[in-house]
Amino acid sequence: MSTTAIPTKPWAKSPRDRIIGFSFFFAAIAFSYFFVAATEMKGKLAYAFIFFLAYALISSTFSFINRGRQAAKDAFVSALVALGAVVTVAPIVSILATVLQKGIPGLHFGILSNDMSMATPTDPIPTGGLLHAITGTLTLVTLSLILSVPIGILTALYLTEIKGKFVGPIRFLVQAMSGVPSIVAGLFILSAVLYPITKNYSALMGALALTILMIPTIARTSEEVLLLIPNELREAGTALGGTQWRTVAMIVVPAARSGLMTAIILGIARIAGETAPLLLLTGGGDKVNSNPFSGSVGSLPYYIWKSFLAGSPESITRAWTGLLVLMIVVLILFISARALSNRKISK
Amino acid sequence: MTATLIPSPRKISTEPRRSDKVFRGVVTSGGLSSLVVLGLIAAFLAYRGFEVLRAEGLSFITSAEWSITLDESANVVESNFGLSAMLVGTILCALVAVVIAVPISVLSALYLNFYAPAWLKKILVAVIDMMAAFPSILFGIWGFLVLMPSVEYWAKLINRYLGWIPIFEVEPYFFSRSPFVAGVVLAIMIIPIITSVSREIFAQAPLDRIQAAFALGATRWAMIKAVVIPHGRSGVVGGAMLGLGRAMGETVAVYTVLNIVYQINWQILLGAGGNVASLIILKFGEASEFEIKALMAAGLILFLLTLAVNALANVIVKTTGKSGR
Repeated sequence: MSTTAIPTKPWAKSPRDRIIGFSFFFAAIAFSYFFVAATEMKGKLAYAFIFFLAYALISSTFSFINRGRQAAKDAFVSALVALGAVVTVAPIVSILATVLQKGIPGLHFGILSNDMSMATPTDPIPTGGLLHAITGTLTLVTLSLILSVPIGILTALYLTEIKGKFVGPIRFLVQAMSGVPSIVAGLFILSAVLYPITKNYSALMGALALTILMIPTIARTSEEVLLLIPNELREAGTALGGTQWRTVAMIVVPAARSGLMTAIILGIARIAGETAPLLLLTGGGDKVNSNPFSGSVGSLPYYIWKSFLAGSPESITRAWTGLLVLMIVVLILFISARALSNRKISK
Repeated sequence: MTATLIPSPRKISTEPRRSDKVFRGVVTSGGLSSLVVLGLIAAFLAYRGFEVLRAEGLSFITSAEWSITLDESANVVESNFGLSAMLVGTILCALVAVVIAVPISVLSALYLNFYAPAWLKKILVAVIDMMAAFPSILFGIWGFLVLMPSVEYWAKLINRYLGWIPIFEVEPYFFSRSPFVAGVVLAIMIIPIITSVSREIFAQAPLDRIQAAFALGATRWAMIKAVVIPHGRSGVVGGAMLGLGRAMGETVAVYTVLNIVYQINWQILLGAGGNVASLIILKFGEASEFEIKALMAAGLILFLLTLAVNALANVIVKTTGKSGR
């Protein structure tokens, strides 16, 4: 008589386990409902909090009775870490929901064709628009790209290709630079360029401050990407008789192209909503300003800030609409950065 | 008639060619830009703020008064600039944020690494990274209009039941726009940063020891306690310091939710606080030339403070492994 081993999954949940799990789930829901009703806590957050606590207690008690103390602790921690993840993600869900809910009423067709030069904060929503803010943000982003992309990528190239004496200190300084508060970058440009030289608000001043904030993001992401390029490519380039300059320019950088694009896009996402330096440097005009080197210029963050501080119901709606547009811009940038980085260089 | 030309042997040298020398020079100078920028920031802020720093001396850090009197022709009659209330406020808000954010971030990093199914982990990591890229003005306005009412309610509950602890006292009874509210908003902003640093450190926990723990019959929590936490402890500290640095330098989000008062206040639930960065925005609009210099000096202090915190954080993270962000 022979026996055949049938593959089983002893770790898989049996129907009984599932039923027990579900009953815990519902028991925790019921408990949280009654607990919140009985005490003076209120709101969705209280329900969620008590639910996880109740679930942790019920399931750990069950594990304690069945399998002892270690299992009870394990069950408790399992519920606790899930609570941590929920608390981490809850704000973003709330932010997205609020911005959509409050921003959509302010959308209208004039947003892309009008500016705010002829509108006051209390005007009804259909007057005025975002044209000045959108063009201003585009100008700021373009100028800071022109300045920061070369510097950022050169820094990354120094760290990965030259590998000179200063690799350690420079990596350290780039990280320190990414911690520079945005207001300090603004004050620096104010003290070093705006007061002594130009003495006037302009998009260029804002872009200079944004450049300081953008360089570290670009440099660090590019460095990570360039480190992923296999050394064989560099060796092949040198073996073919290329100088280091030709190898980097014709082989390494093209191979890392999509990763470098990701770095640039993440850099744009970093500065697109930056507010504090723009408050000091750009003036925040309500008219479309086509001269990037002189005169006050509006931008999306400044527009949001101004409308928010104006305080009338219409302008608060305008602020939410501005936030909606800004959020969509950041989302698009972020998703395209992800798509690009997944395509070519997979980690 | 064809003369075969024999090329003379090429001279072999390890000396880089001219194009490479130029290339190396350009790249190195680009690489040194971060040094130049940081140096210039410190130099210019110190240069502009020098006058005020010299006039005020040490009381720029220790006094809590911020006032300036001008006569009709805009000459300075009397000025008193002290940052102590703002510095205390900055540190208080940032500490509240870190105290709230660290446990939550560690729990969610543990969930992402050891509990979440693969598909959920992928989505959550993308969402949390995206949250780190969200502009601070979004957090500020959302915090002011949506979050603040509930946080004030929590603050009242804390005060009622824990009010006997000195920092939870509220005197006078005023809860609106307190450092606690600002701390909660900042906590939400730094949770993604601390989570992603902790997640990367936890992911480097040695796999052989994890498997050994499981093979010895450890539960998941026992494994985490025995292997992951000892391995990642200092990395989490580093991540928390990075968050602290970010929280101290935050401007717009704090300005929207915090009630700025020139008075040292350690009661975190009371609606009176300070913040160096917000002070700069608050005073910049109507500041006279001399006051701007004081603001520059304040910026210098803030810069040095965040630089020190960040440097320390990076050193700590680096000693545990390659830092992520």
